[in-house]
Amino acid sequence: MLENEKVPAKLKLRAVADQVYKNAWDAKKRGELVGWSSSKFPAEIAETLGLAVCYPENQAAAISAKHGGQRMCEHAEAMGYDNDICGYARINLAYAAGHEAEEKPMPQPDFVLCCNNICNCMTKWYENIARIRNIPLIMIDVPYNNTVEVDDHHVAYIRGQFDDAIKQLEKISGRTWDEKKFEQVCANSNRTAKAWLKVCSYCQYKPSPFSGFDLFNHMAVVVTARCKVEAAEAFEALAQELEQNLKDGKSTWKYAETHRIMFEGIPCWPQLQALFKPLKEKGINTTAVVYAPAFGFVYNNMDEMMKAYCKAPNSVCLETGVEWREGICRENKVDGILVHYNRSCKPWSGYMPEMQRRFRKDLDVPVVGFDGDQADPRNFSEAQYNTRVEGLFEVMEEYTARKGGDHNE
Amino acid sequence: MSRIDELLSEFGEIVISPRKQLDKYLSQGKKAIGCFPYYVPEEIVYAADMVPFGIWGQTGGTINAAKEYFAAFYCTIAQLNLEMGLKGTLDGLSGVIASPMCDTLRPFTQNFRVACPQFPFVFLAHPQNRRPGYGVDFTMAQYTNVKDKLEEIGGKPISDESLKNAIKVYNDSRASRRNFVKLAAKHPELVNATQRSAILKSAYFTLKSEHTVLLNELNALLEKAPVVEWKGIKIVTSGIVLDSPSLLEIITKNNMAIVADDVAHESRAIRIDAPENEENPMKALALQFAAQDYDTLLYDPEINKRPGYIVDKVKESGAQGVVIMMMQFCDPEEMEFPSLKKGLEEAGIPYVKIGIDQQMTDFGQARTSLQAFSDMLSMQK
Repeated sequence: MLENEKVPAKLKLRAVADQVYKNAWDAKKRGELVGWSSSKFPAEIAETLGLAVCYPENQAAAISAKHGGQRMCEHAEAMGYDNDICGYARINLAYAAGHEAEEKPMPQPDFVLCCNNICNCMTKWYENIARIRNIPLIMIDVPYNNTVEVDDHHVAYIRGQFDDAIKQLEKISGRTWDEKKFEQVCANSNRTAKAWLKVCSYCQYKPSPFSGFDLFNHMAVVVTARCKVEAAEAFEALAQELEQNLKDGKSTWKYAETHRIMFEGIPCWPQLQALFKPLKEKGINTTAVVYAPAFGFVYNNMDEMMKAYCKAPNSVCLETGVEWREGICRENKVDGILVHYNRSCKPWSGYMPEMQRRFRKDLDVPVVGFDGDQADPRNFSEAQYNTRVEGLFEVMEEYTARKGGDHNE
Repeated sequence: MSRIDELLSEFGEIVISPRKQLDKYLSQGKKAIGCFPYYVPEEIVYAADMVPFGIWGQTGGTINAAKEYFAAFYCTIAQLNLEMGLKGTLDGLSGVIASPMCDTLRPFTQNFRVACPQFPFVFLAHPQNRRPGYGVDFTMAQYTNVKDKLEEIGGKPISDESLKNAIKVYNDSRASRRNFVKLAAKHPELVNATQRSAILKSAYFTLKSEHTVLLNELNALLEKAPVVEWKGIKIVTSGIVLDSPSLLEIITKNNMAIVADDVAHESRAIRIDAPENEENPMKALALQFAAQDYDTLLYDPEINKRPGYIVDKVKESGAQGVVIMMMQFCDPEEMEFPSLKKGLEEAGIPYVKIGIDQQMTDFGQARTSLQAFSDMLSMQK
């Protein structure tokens, strides 16, 4: 590529995500400590202390997408982990125990950062890593919230842990907390979140200037690098490209846009092609994914930051979960919803039957579910998936005809 | 019939028909509150002059209506709790208290709240970082919320005095049950696995003050009974719930005596008392939760204490092996299994893992595994 040629945003994003792992390898080579972190642990802490951190969920998704998921899951099962356990956890625990994964290698950890806002499984998963590696665990517990608002007791409890986590990491790493740097890191994090939300907002346009499935790939950067200025810049560059696409009538979705759907849940990474195939054949673009609001952490002060970390897909009450989804369905004008009953994710899939009923009633769109898994290919049937997509397509056609040819506007 | 047999029979009757027990309390003009797993501070319910009714699924139940809320891959305890709410089995309760302590219970709390709106719903989220001051404060805040809701349901305030009294009643009950567990281990010839289970389970359907009176009488008789050498096998059980009549019968028929347990529904729930010298009774309850440990449901700040704890339990109780009753789709138990397995293997303690659920009707595989385990341990004696 020529020096002055503009780098496409997706390559910038990929470079940012790759750099996270390169930084970790470089830190390891320098003899510095490297951490593993759950995706919604307050990333601001390690970033402020300048500690290199890798993300097991991100690694597991990458291994799965490159078809190493089943092999790693089977290693974990041989260690005694039931095949009922989250596929990401199984893959990562196998890796922590020394089973190689050429698909996405990352350095072994010297400490682990666990925040269980996304699920309770995370607590025991990280305890297991800490046992296997004999390393310290820093835990920030975010209790599940039954109300739309986050109360002051939650804020005080999480703040107490946040401050303790800083002290623990200072002790482990020998580094000192720098309040000025923390402010800059928070500013970066907010800037990334706003740019991410801006990118997601382009799904509102008809036709959409991009394929919503792209968000699943770009999400890696929000997970692994949201506190880095490069992440904010890359998402801002992507937003500019989407703005240009909009003006030029272009899209990364290269097919007809007959219908627009929300894809509910984590994708089946091992079968991304299989997921995409019937959608593209029928001109069904995904214009809504719940990760848009779920990773849009925007906060103005410490209390708001604590509240932001209470807002994960599986830590909010049913009403908030429904509001998030119905909000993006309306904004992004979806005609139907495809729900992934994810065998790996009990907290997520456990709300789905009730949410399906609410989506149908509130949005007057068809909703169809299919069985799958985010990481373990043994839990997905392509034939069932294709039949369900076919069914969704037919009902969306009927709804469109019933509404006089108008899709949801 | 000896007095011991009479008492055992009385406890047995209670667990055969919890409904009868509930109706008895309702007919006395009392209100009852359903307490789902885990770590519900029943003391607050008792202090509100209501009956805490422990609901841990329904062994032998069938899931139908709950399928509208849960896919098949969820723990049957949670599914059957919802099923009972939907089918009217829980009618008569004046409210329920539910915790989101595992990944099935998170959505369970939401599903039950919307599916069964006839029951006033009391949500209770415990902190996992339960020991530092901020954790104790958070527990107190959650328990205070429970207290406030119960005061609304009961229509009267709950005084500190009644809370302190409830703590005393519950500490006595736990002490009595812990003592029973030890005495049952000494006298398997008098108390078999089914009877042992009935005594511990009946506490969930009985006012603890009443339960303790009966149990203390039984304990006194067991204390006096001559010790007879047990020729069978001694085991420690581990899991969430072990109240299946079929499984308990298989254990008894294979000459196995449960001499200690690491079962959430049994000993895990009665290990820790609330301090009685604490001025603020809500703080006393929060400190009690802070001291809970060695549980698959709880974060272990020391990372790996549970296997050693169970190994010690085996050694102290003189058990020859561990029977792990693995509740299907129970992530916390499954995640902790490899560490437990490693701990037992390193200590040279035999174990067997039996997959169970509450809808189970075919016990062939469990029977074969337990028979083989019993035979193996007999040969090692």
